This record gives sequence, C-alpha cells and structure tokens, in this order.
Amino acid sequence: MPTIKELTRTGDLFTSGHRACAGCGGTIILRLLMANAGKNTVVGAATGCMEVVSTIYPYTSWDVNFVHNAFENSAATVSGIETAYRALKKKGKIKKDIKFIAYGGDGGTFDIGLQSLSGAVERGHNMLYLCYNNGAYMNTGIQRSSATPFGAHTTTSPAGSKIKGKMQQRKDLTEIMIAHDMKYVAQATPHNWSDLSNKINKALALNGPAFINVLSPCPLGWGSDPAQSIQIAKLAVETLYWPVYEYENGKYKINIKPKKPKDIEEFLFVQNRFKHLKNEKELIDKIRKHLNEKWNELLNKEKCTN
Amino acid sequence: MSKKTWKEIDIASIINKPGSAKDFKTGDWRSQKPVWNEDKCKQCLICWVYCPDSAITVKDEKMTGINFDYCKGCGICAVECPFKAITMVEEKK
Repeated sequence: MPTIKELTRTGDLFTSGHRACAGCGGTIILRLLMANAGKNTVVGAATGCMEVVSTIYPYTSWDVNFVHNAFENSAATVSGIETAYRALKKKGKIKKDIKFIAYGGDGGTFDIGLQSLSGAVERGHNMLYLCYNNGAYMNTGIQRSSATPFGAHTTTSPAGSKIKGKMQQRKDLTEIMIAHDMKYVAQATPHNWSDLSNKINKALALNGPAFINVLSPCPLGWGSDPAQSIQIAKLAVETLYWPVYEYENGKYKINIKPKKPKDIEEFLFVQNRFKHLKNEKELIDKIRKHLNEKWNELLNKEKCTN
Repeated sequence: MSKKTWKEIDIASIINKPGSAKDFKTGDWRSQKPVWNEDKCKQCLICWVYCPDSAITVKDEKMTGINFDYCKGCGICAVECPFKAITMVEEKK
C-alpha cells in the first residue's frame, strides 16, 4: 500500500487549473487515481462533470494521454485503444507497459454508458473502469439519474407538496457488475484515501477488467457545504448509506464495518437535496429500512462467500 | 494563450500540450482564504490528498505552502487537517 509521501512523488498528473466547483469530490478521486496509476496510463472519459471541467479547449488538466469520445462509450473507446495496444505490442512496435483507465460519472455509467461498459467487461479488456458517483447529472444542471437516491430533490424529480423528490430507489450498479463474474469489483469513498488507493492498485495490477464505484460528494448538486465534502463521504459510510466493500475472485469483503452505525438522518440533513424530508417520518423509515436490508444482504453475502 | 483561428486549430482539436490547464488560474474564485500555520504542521500531507485543486505545494515529500493561483478556498484542508494547522479567513481583494 503506498503512503501519502510515496504518492506525492508521482506529481500531479491531474493538474490544477481545472474548472470544477470548490470542494468537488470528483477531482479528489481523479487526483488520487492518477497519483496511483502513474505516467504510463491512457485515460478515456465519458461526458460528464470531470470531462467538461478538465478539458476546456485549449486547456487540459491531464498530464497523460487522454481521450474523450461521447457520453455512452468511454468503455468502448478505451477497449479499442487497449486492443490496438495489444496488437502493436505483439508486433514489437510498443515495448512499454501501459495501463488503461476509463471513467465516467453516474449518468455515463449507470444509465447511458451501461451497455458499452457491460460489453467491455464481457470481452475481458485489461482496463479499470472508475465511476465517480455523485448521484445525478450534475454537469447539466442536476437532473435525476438511476443513481439518484430515494427522496432526493433534483430538477427533474423536484420536491413538491405531493411528491417528495425521486420516488424510486437507486440502482445497485456494483451488484450488476459483480453479476458479470468480474475478478475485481469495489465500492469506495474518497474519505478513506488509503482504502481507495488500495483498490485502485489492486484493480490496475489485474490482468483483466476491474470496476470501482466511488461515491463523489457534490456541493452544488447535494446542496452541502464545500468544506464538508470529505466529512459527508465519511457520514455516508457510517450511516450505511454507502457500504465500502470489494468483491475479489468470488469473495465479498466489507472493508469498513461501522461498529455503531449512525442514523441516516445525520447524513440526509447536511444536504439540501433532502431538506424537504424533515417532517416525512414515513419516507425516512422507508430509506432506513431499504439501507438496512441492503446492509444485511451484504453481510450475508460476505458470510456465504468466505 | 493566444487565440487561434479555426484554420490554425489542430485536427480534431487535439491538445498537444499535456497539463496545460496550469496556465489557467482559478485563484480569483476564492472568497475564503486558507492560512497555514507552519509551527502546528506535522507534515502528514492529508491536505495534499484532499485538496481538489492540487493547490498544496509539496517539495521532497514536505508541504511547502499553498498555491493561491489555484486555491478556490473550499476549506476542505482546514476541516481535514488533524492538527488544526490550517484556518480559513476572509479573502481581501
């Protein structure tokens, strides 16, 4: 496991000068990703906040080779590059070892890019797909996605007097990826940088596809204090909203088990997107019940596979 | 960076200079300013990990200061610093 000091030696391959909002969680994730991946990396991006803020012409925050194609096909684009690399390496035209990373937001991964991600994983390309999950289409003005949690206010699931925000539970993409029989799938948050670094290193060392789903606090879309971004990510884990676990070679492992989980309200009410739920006891109970069910399911899965 | 006409732009708008965003300063976004107290700092570099703007300057594995050309003043460093070595003050323009 690399220490912070070792990570600083890589230098910033995702540089300053990007136009992300103050307190953006996504850029913290990408900086950590690049500090671990190193210089010999090719990165492909789906359309989304982190693509838009980092590559406004004629500037780029990427100090590595970077490709942006379209919203739905970052996984397909990178799998093509990876195949070309393998062909050239076989012919001896490339000697270097190169890592391949595709990333996308929850819109570009959960919704629009799901088919290309599924295809790339099925074909078994040697790449890491990282999803920075901020739970809505933040870049275009906070529209709901299938990763938006139950009860959250977005501009396309607005909270009113009758309907209190999004009335559907979020999709569990991590489990969908596990269903692909991948060797490595993980869920993480930036608040635990060493856990996230470990997961990135494990995924990059693998000869095959890997997927990491990272919760990415978004002060703009979540209506939270920019300074509290990391603390909110921490609360998400402590309230069981975002279990931090990994699935490696058929075995589940929960990396952080809160000894005494905090109540979900502590996580909900530091964000304005849930403020309309303050007096909605029933809806909060519904969220609580769903999260507890999911958590117990996960505990059982860990027990069964170990 | 000087403005190019469409005839001078590289094919497919490829950017040939990696990391060129460093030329774009985001420091003027700031309304709060972090102040680093070197005496309290234990060089754990937690601020470096959590700075979204890579504004914590590090040399030879030691924090050397804050780069105000890029710091957007989000305040994450002040919240996360375990030794309270960074505090936020009002930015004076």
